[in-house]
Amino acid sequence: MMGEIKQAMRRNLWDENQVLRQILGICSILAVTNLMTNTLVMGLGLIFVISLSSLTISLLRSYIPHRVRMIVQVFIIAAYVILVDIFIKAQLPEISKALGPYVGLIITNCIIMGRAEAYAQKNPPFLAMIDGFFAGLGYMLVILAISFIRELLGFGTIFGFDVNFIGFQTWTIMVMPPAAFFIIGVMTWAASSMRLSRQTLQKPSPAPTAAGQQASR
Amino acid sequence: MGDAVAINPFIILLAAIFTSNMVLANFLGMCSFIAVSNEYKTASGLGKAVTLVMVVTTILNWIIFRFVIIPLGLEYLRFIIFIVVIAATVQIIEMAMDRYLPELHIKLGIFLPLITVNCAILGISLFMIIRDYGAVQSLFFGVGSGLGWWLAICALAAIREKIAKNKLPLGLDGPGITFIITGIMALAFIGFAGTLIVQ
Repeated sequence: MMGEIKQAMRRNLWDENQVLRQILGICSILAVTNLMTNTLVMGLGLIFVISLSSLTISLLRSYIPHRVRMIVQVFIIAAYVILVDIFIKAQLPEISKALGPYVGLIITNCIIMGRAEAYAQKNPPFLAMIDGFFAGLGYMLVILAISFIRELLGFGTIFGFDVNFIGFQTWTIMVMPPAAFFIIGVMTWAASSMRLSRQTLQKPSPAPTAAGQQASR
Repeated sequence: MGDAVAINPFIILLAAIFTSNMVLANFLGMCSFIAVSNEYKTASGLGKAVTLVMVVTTILNWIIFRFVIIPLGLEYLRFIIFIVVIAATVQIIEMAMDRYLPELHIKLGIFLPLITVNCAILGISLFMIIRDYGAVQSLFFGVGSGLGWWLAICALAAIREKIAKNKLPLGLDGPGITFIITGIMALAFIGFAGTLIVQ
């Protein structure tokens, strides 16, 4: 059991990191990452939804007819997203306004459907929940890293606290969309070149990278 | 948001294509944008399919929101209702196309199921509500967003076809370079900012 949990952790946090390796869930990533507070809320919301929807889908896996499974999965995910949306609206109205439609867009976040299809519908509930949790955590770590760079350089703050002691001229571009593309591009580059160079060390002829081909939604 | 009523629909159309482009400014529909942009032809096909679905679902969701969800006070269920409308629309369009336009169906067929989970489609409906658009405004918003998405994916696919044979540093090919190209495109589209102000 512990071994499987460890495996799920390793797989989702690095080996098959949903964002850097599978290129999934990019849509919501980029839009919310110019402030770390918003990013953290979004990440926690996604972890909640993905853990519980993986658990539910796994519990129901023998009752859902194969042909309509997609729509059932979407229903389950949407129900949890509504909970998150209502919670954020009630407790953190400011952040709810800033996130706008992106909380609702957790429904179409490919990571959740991806884990449901690839893991939750074939595995027991507890493991599915752990897998979902770590997939969400892997996502949150990546978006926090991106928003750290964007907020620090764009506003000179971290979680809203001013850390710009030396009077550094902030980069407006970091707050705007293009910066998010550049940062995620460089991060995927770093991640895949690290893996490729490790492969070259182990084997004389590395296989061409297949990341990205799998991302289809 | 109260000012939204006054905005000319044509301005919304142009703004949705250029200044607040779905992909380049709002990051919606990124997954298929990155995955299906290797080839110009397929990219253009997907762009057309997205535009079609976007226009139809925007209108349907507007009607449903105004005449069903608001009177019944079901705002909290709107995510589920919208996603069901989108899934059903995609299914119906696919069946109708298969029946009446078989050629087009063969061309666009593989993309249609993918579109259900394209965040841009759901995103448009949610933006439309947040910005409080009227019927005509929503129609133009849907058309413009679809065209903007189509334009962006065609441009990206054309660039990727051009650089397909070039040598890239280890690990940069595939998603890495695609993100960076998209970033440069987004920078170029910022050039339009300020000409039209909608948000």
